[in-house]
Amino acid sequence: MVKVVLWGALTHATNGEAELDLDVRTVKELLTRLETDYPALAPQLKKGVSVAIDGQIYRDAWFAPIPEGAEVFVLPRMVGG
Amino acid sequence: MSRLTEKARDGALKQVGTRPLRPDGIDKVTGRARFGADAVAPGMLVGKILRSPHAHARIKAIDTTKAEALSGVKAVITADDFGDVDESLTDTLHNIMAHGKALYEGHAVAAVAAVNMSVARQALKLIEVDYDVLPHVTDVEEAAQPDAPLIREDLLTVGVNPPATKPSNISARHEFGHGDVGKGFAEADIIVERTFRTEATHQGYIEPHSWLGSMGPDGQAELWGCTQGHYMVRDTCAGLLGIDVSKLRVTASEIGGGFGGKTTVFVEPVVLALSRKANRPVKITMSREEVFKATGPTSSSANRVKIGITKDGRITAADAELFYQGGAFPGSPVEFGAMAAFACYALENVRAVGWDVLANRPKQAAYRAPGAPMIVFAVESVIDELARRIDMDPVDFRLKNAPKEGDRSSYGPKFGPIGLIQTLEAAKAHPHYSAPLGPNQGRGIAAGFWFNFGGMTCSNINIGNDGTVTIAVGTPDIGGSRASMCLMAAEEFGIPYDRVKAIVADTSALGFNDVTDGSRVTFSSGYATIQSARAAIGEMCKRAAQIWGIPEEAVDWSDGHARPSGPNAGDFEPLSMAEIAASAARTGGPIAGHHEVNVDGAGVSFGVHIADVEIDPQTGRSTVTRYTVLQDAGKAIHPAYVEGQYQGGAVQGIGWALNEEYIYGEDGRLQNAGFLDYRMPVASDLPMIDTQIIEIPNEGHPYGVRGVGETPIVPPLGAIGNAVSQAIGLRVTETPMSPPRLLAMMSSYREAAE
Repeated sequence: MVKVVLWGALTHATNGEAELDLDVRTVKELLTRLETDYPALAPQLKKGVSVAIDGQIYRDAWFAPIPEGAEVFVLPRMVGG
Repeated sequence: MSRLTEKARDGALKQVGTRPLRPDGIDKVTGRARFGADAVAPGMLVGKILRSPHAHARIKAIDTTKAEALSGVKAVITADDFGDVDESLTDTLHNIMAHGKALYEGHAVAAVAAVNMSVARQALKLIEVDYDVLPHVTDVEEAAQPDAPLIREDLLTVGVNPPATKPSNISARHEFGHGDVGKGFAEADIIVERTFRTEATHQGYIEPHSWLGSMGPDGQAELWGCTQGHYMVRDTCAGLLGIDVSKLRVTASEIGGGFGGKTTVFVEPVVLALSRKANRPVKITMSREEVFKATGPTSSSANRVKIGITKDGRITAADAELFYQGGAFPGSPVEFGAMAAFACYALENVRAVGWDVLANRPKQAAYRAPGAPMIVFAVESVIDELARRIDMDPVDFRLKNAPKEGDRSSYGPKFGPIGLIQTLEAAKAHPHYSAPLGPNQGRGIAAGFWFNFGGMTCSNINIGNDGTVTIAVGTPDIGGSRASMCLMAAEEFGIPYDRVKAIVADTSALGFNDVTDGSRVTFSSGYATIQSARAAIGEMCKRAAQIWGIPEEAVDWSDGHARPSGPNAGDFEPLSMAEIAASAARTGGPIAGHHEVNVDGAGVSFGVHIADVEIDPQTGRSTVTRYTVLQDAGKAIHPAYVEGQYQGGAVQGIGWALNEEYIYGEDGRLQNAGFLDYRMPVASDLPMIDTQIIEIPNEGHPYGVRGVGETPIVPPLGAIGNAVSQAIGLRVTETPMSPPRLLAMMSSYREAAE
């Protein structure tokens, strides 16, 4: 089980819940689970997000492992100039 | 898992960290380098774009018959010449060619291709557009009001509870933070709350957008031009034109600056659509006025910041609300502003709420650390005020509240190894910080942060038959990256720098590469280059083993030679790269290495700036008398280019702080679309920007590299603001801090005092 924190713009799709406890082991499992449980997240997930696992930020990395007890943040897809 | 190599950890790198000449230098100073506008093709036509004179208008009809009938006109296009596109590309399409409504002054409504510029200009005049002019709004705070003219009639704010039911110009609400700010403010002895405003600025790259495109009746197409990401151009244009990605080949020219402004498309798809219709190559080169009016400036913003502290300088709570307008489309970088706002502080109670607002302005584009400078100006100004209120040194105040490895960032994740504390300590020890100030001068200090990221990256390395090396990368060189790639490859191979050459390959030569942005190229393309070099070294060791008749594992590589790895491997003279390469045909064929990766592990970076500014009390004119940048680079591959990034970011930030602004008239039209009236600092305006590189290695890169290109633009607005505020004795809360604005502030204060 991991604690997943969503950034504020996503909470409209999760009945206001910003923190979720999920049984997921990879980024792909996380994204699939989010889309299944909260279909209204689908447009944002399609647009892209970043996922921070224990402080390390990943962009588009489906198979990045999520260790048991990890701290996960779903953040906007990183951009830069 | 750390990727840092032992020799990087031990400080034993031989070539990385030196300052050789850049490989593209002679071409650039002699004029031989080819930029976007230098592209030519037989039978090439001139493209021109008709742009809306109105800030907001419904397009009732466009009549192109007279233009099409003009002799020398070969094609005229409008929105009707583009078909349906994937939803993810709709805003891009509607920005490069208005569909139904012109959303800002300068919005493209039609385009022509003609035999020369004169005919193209005449043709534009013959296109008749029937507009129904609509009310407009360009100010971010006015646009956020519920009764503002609506830019999209169906836009409902996302991220609000309960869900929005009434359309507005606010596309999204973003929130970051943790703890309880209410509780934190209750614990505070002193609270400062202020609202700050920043105007939009432009990246100001020297080279206007210029593209040559050719599309034949067989559907094969090519583009040549300046961009930060030719793979992005290829994929976006293929999507907009409805063609296969593999049929479009894009070659990136040398680039006369980008700074984030060339991370999307503007004229590229228009060029291709014109070429498809005319069946001739077409080139469009933007004028400077078009660059200002129709490419992406930054957001303008209005930001409220509230910070509470104890008497001994500990921050108990920090709260911010950000309003950024991103032009007529959703997508201002307000979420990144909200994430970066308080990143320089370790906080128990923090919240940042960002509102993404639409206005009748050009769609914003990224500009170095997009979204961060505006809010950091506000935060660093309040921090400065608080430090002064408790009579505490502003660097000590920041040190007392600075995050270290393992601390939770204000945007959520915990930090890995970071160098803010070391950078602040270096700032305090720098001679600049203790130098005396003259009359009417003030000294400001500010810290700043940016994320950096890795991304999709490919690299090829080919070994020539003389043992020299060619590196192909897919990331346009906007900051000296070819020199850095050569240094990293030379380090891996153990050969001199001048035996390595790096090129930027076209889109047909390598797999997909993300755009040159996010301060990612030295990190990502460097990582791929190092891995490619290691693959080639592995192959050369294999060839040497075959030549010597020993196992591969018995061969080592060092200083450009394959060597038997020990006494049991046999007694063989080392084989040089040149010797191995010369025998390649007889030992198995050409020798190469390649690597493809979506690389993670880019380290965040922090910078601290010290600014001295003198204000003329009679005119409000500002003079930057001394400026110093200190920043953690992880590891500076080529220190001169790292220093160049520090200096360039600082100068752009100083311009943003002091003079640059988009000025709109009541009619919603931009009043200063040229470098005469949009005042950017030039070399003669500024002192030499002093720099100090701090190196706290990033464990995610073999040599410890962090991105360095964006962070330097984050602190200057705050550093300059704090210096100006000290010089005039009044807190400055708006940019630009131009002479009229400062003079008005000082005059009002004097009048009030009298």
